[in-house]
This record gives sequence, structure tokens and C-alpha cells, in this order.
Amino acid sequence: MLESSTLLSVQNIETYYGPVSAVCGVSLVVEQGAIVTVLGANGAGKTTVLKTIAGLMFPAKGMVHFEGENITGIEPDKIVRLGIAHVPEGREVFPLLSTEENLRLGSLNNQLSRLDVVYEYFPILQKHRKLSAGFLSGGQQQMLAIGRALMQTPRLIMFDEPSLGLSPKLVHEISEIITRINTEQSVSILLVEQNAKMALQVAQYGYILEQGRVVMENTCERLSASTDVKEFYLGMKEAGVRGQRRWKRRKTWR
Amino acid sequence: MDTFIQLFLSGISAGCVYGLVAMGFVLIYKSTEVVNFSQGDLVMLGAFFAVTFSQWLNGNYWLAVVFTVMAMACLGYGVERILFRRLMGEPPFSVLMVTIGLGFVLRAVAGMIWGHDPQSMSTPYSDARLAWGDFLLPVRDLVVIFGTLILSVILFIFFKSSRIGLTMQAVSQNQFAAYCVGIPVKRVLALTWALSATIAGVAGILLVPIKSAYPQLGLLLGIKAFAAAIVGGFGSLPGALMGGLLIGVLEEMTKFYIDPVLEFGVSEFSAYILLLVILLIRPQGLITSMQRKKV
Ligand SMILES: Nc1ncnc2c1ncn2[C@@H]1O[C@H](COP(=O)(O)OP(=O)(O)O)[C@@H](O)[C@H]1O
Ligand SMILES: [Mg+2]
Repeated sequence: MLESSTLLSVQNIETYYGPVSAVCGVSLVVEQGAIVTVLGANGAGKTTVLKTIAGLMFPAKGMVHFEGENITGIEPDKIVRLGIAHVPEGREVFPLLSTEENLRLGSLNNQLSRLDVVYEYFPILQKHRKLSAGFLSGGQQQMLAIGRALMQTPRLIMFDEPSLGLSPKLVHEISEIITRINTEQSVSILLVEQNAKMALQVAQYGYILEQGRVVMENTCERLSASTDVKEFYLGMKEAGVRGQRRWKRRKTWR
Repeated sequence: MDTFIQLFLSGISAGCVYGLVAMGFVLIYKSTEVVNFSQGDLVMLGAFFAVTFSQWLNGNYWLAVVFTVMAMACLGYGVERILFRRLMGEPPFSVLMVTIGLGFVLRAVAGMIWGHDPQSMSTPYSDARLAWGDFLLPVRDLVVIFGTLILSVILFIFFKSSRIGLTMQAVSQNQFAAYCVGIPVKRVLALTWALSATIAGVAGILLVPIKSAYPQLGLLLGIKAFAAAIVGGFGSLPGALMGGLLIGVLEEMTKFYIDPVLEFGVSEFSAYILLLVILLIRPQGLITSMQRKKV
């Protein structure tokens, strides 16, 4: 059923917050070694998709496969052990633990040699290794969250809006790091973003999510060229086509 | 002056027990955002376990201590597995009511098993007194103080350097991040309950020679220790211990210096007066968790 090069495959998942449906039938695929992005406005359901893959939420319907194995509804710590790292939205760190303690918690079997790899990507973390993570700046906390994911030696890292609230310079830095991690550590990447400009540069394939549904998917090249994406996600206006999204007017998704 | 020092020491000794119970409160609260109102009754169980194991083991004190500690750890773990894991995600208030109910059940069960008469156990130091210059020190008070000191040092090292201690802190600081990093949060919570019950067990062991074991032993203890935890800021184990010591010393001093003057038992509720005063002048408690926090 699955091609051998498919690392992660999400089939038609539906996830609810109580009675509220947040994701209604999302399917996506991450190939071995690829960088795949999921774009969408606030509230589109991007975070919920990641939480469902990570086992933090249970899908009412649908399945998640990782390396051909069905991981739907498995405990989150088991999913991490299978090789999926999750860098959650909003730089969730352990504020009263030191930077290095935060990193050590990422390592599954306390492999401290991994620290050198992380410090090579983020020298600033080594400088502040004794400092409580709560005292780090926003950008440094984001680096710490990424470093903590790297400690797990994962096969796939899922990023949830890593650029949120960072300066353009830092956004650029983070996007470079993501590319480097992808090639140097041979880690596949699922990148959730609102910052379409950055995400479309970094990724090879993209999905566009709206109100819990995938409304568009294509290579990032094609997505960047699409007038809808240009207008609504890259903020480029074209004369005459303002207003409703074109795929909505044409209802191409139904 | 001698009286003062003697009062101070027995205040510290009582305060150590309050402090241990308060640590249990804080430990569970920081990890689960629930105040475990059965913490005092766990101390009572620890006391009864110590008495019973000591009888079974023909008065071998140290072996009884080891068995009690192990039994309490298992009990804490089991209570989380069987009861509180099912309540994960429920509003903290509902879970809090369950802890109150658990306290009632524990007292009733203890009454059925051991009866309502106080039971004591022999220890190697039960009636020993240390004469030092003019004053006599009851050794059992010193044992409480040293026992608490040793346990605190062990806990400090545990949280500072052990992997489990680190994950327990992580779970208490940011449960969501703990899930994301792949920490088995539920198992860590069960271990936190085990640790909290173990501390209660140690408090029970230390308390038996002084107060004996009886089903209502933990009731007042729990309430005063709760006050101690709040005085200490409800955010750190050192804070909880300090709150306990403060209340212990205050009680002992008012009992001796103020009660006779007023011909009225102010000492019985001096803990709550201190609590009110602290809440009025420093609502965040003496030690705030943002500055210092261990778990
Ligand atoms: N904790 C929650 N409880 C109820 N509804 C939620 C919760 N979190 C998110 N939602 C709803 O689910 C939808 C998707 O949210 P989310 O996955 O966070 O979107 P995104 O990450 O794309 O901004 C939104 O409509 C939001 O209102
Ligand atoms: Mg989101």
C-alpha cells in the first residue's frame, strides 16, 4: 500500500475538541528525506494535525502510519521513541531547569554525546548552558526547543510555527538551520507555518489548510506561482482579483 | 534561656513533621495542580504500618522502617494508578473532593483494621534522653530533626542529579512540553505520588514514638501542614519545610508563653493566625516559586 520511500502518511484524520471539529479529513504524506510544509491561517487546524500525529490527541477517524507502522492512538512517549520529534508552538521549555538540563531531557537514553551536535548548531546554547531556560530570549528558547528535538536523534521533526514572533533575521537563521538539519542529519521535516514566504523557500512540497481541510497541495514551486497563494499567503496583490479566494469562487476543492 | 532553647527544639521537631507533610502537598500540587487533602492520613497509615511491621518483625526497628517506606511507595503508586489516573483531565476541584473522600476512607479502614486506641511501637531510642549541661533533650525529638534533615538532603540530591528527579521537575514545570519530549508523563506522575506517600510514611515513622498511631492522627496534622505549605509559598519543597518549621516553633512558643497568660488555648490556632498574617502582608507566601523552586 505504501511506497517504500514514504516516511509518514496521514490518512483522512478527523480530530475534535469536545464537540468542536478542528480537523476534518486531512491527508498528507512526508517522503523520506523531504521537507514538507503545511500552510494555513490562524485556526486552520495546523497545530491540531501535529498534535494528532504526535499522539497528544486521538483522532475520531483516520490513520497515521510511520515507516509503514500504524501509530494511530499510541502513547506520545512511544511515538517519540519511534523517531518523531515535535517542536511545539510557542517555545515550550522547562523554565526553571537549565538549558543543558532541558537538552538532557530530550535525549531518550541520556546520550550526552548528542549535546556536542546540538551545540554545534546553536553555539549560543552552549554559552548559556547553565542559565535557567526561562531567562533565555524568545529566539534562544526556540533554538532550545529545536535542540531538544535534535537530542532525540529523530527520523522526522515536526515544527509548529518556529518563526512565530521572531525578527526577520532570526527567521532567516532558523530556516537555514532547518535546511541544514534536513541534509546533515538526514532528518525529514514537517514544517507548519503561517509565514508562507519562509516555508515555501525551505520546503519542497506544501499543503494548504483551511478550516480543517486541505484545500490545495502541490510542489512549493507551483504553490509559489499560484495566484491564490500569492495573494492570500504571500501578500502580493494582483489587480482585479481581490476578495474571495479563487479556489473558493470556483469551488475546485469539492 | 534553657527553657527557650528546649521549647525551640521541640518546636523545630514538631515543625519538621509539618514540613514533611507540607512537602507532600507541594509535590503533588506542582505536578497535578491538585491539593491532596489525604496527605495527613497517609502519615497516619505510615505510622500504623511502622507499628505493625515492627510487631511482625519482633521489634526490629530498622527493618520495619525499610518495609514501611516500601509499602508507602507502593501505596502511593497504586493510588495514582487506580484512582487518580482515571481522573486526569477532570477539573481540579473534583479531584480535590476525591482526595478528601480518600482521607475519610483511609481513616475508616484504619479504624477497622487497627481499632481506635493509640498504638505505639518500641524504638531503639524511645525513652532515651540526652542530658547536656542543664537541659534534657528527648532523643525522639532529635531523631525527628535528623531524620528530616537526612530526607531533605536525599531529596535535594534526587531532584538535582537523578534522571527521574529531573523528569519529575520537567513534568511539574510544563506538562505539555514533557509529553512533546517523550517523557512518559503518566508513569512519572505515579512515581511522584509514590514519592509523596513515601515522605508521608517517613513522617509517620518519626511521629509514632511521640504521638502513637491512631486513625485521627493525620487530620489536624494535615490542616496545619496545609497552612505551612501556604506560608512557604506552595511552590517549593524548601519553602514548605520552612513554613512547617515556622508553625512548629510558633505553636510551641505560644503554648508556653501566651496560653497561660490568656488562660486560653491560643496555640491551637496560632498556625492559622500566622497564615492569615502572611496572606495579608505577603500573599505569595514567604518564598515565591519564581525565585526558587525545587519541583
Ligand atoms: N483547546 C481547544 N479547545 C477547543 N477548541 C480548540 C482548542 N484548540 C484549538 N481549537 C480550535 O480548533 C481549531 C484549530 O486550531 P489549531 O489547530 O490550533 O489551528 P492553528 O494551529 O492552525 O492555528 C480552531 O478553530 C480552534 O478554535
Ligand atoms: Mg497553531
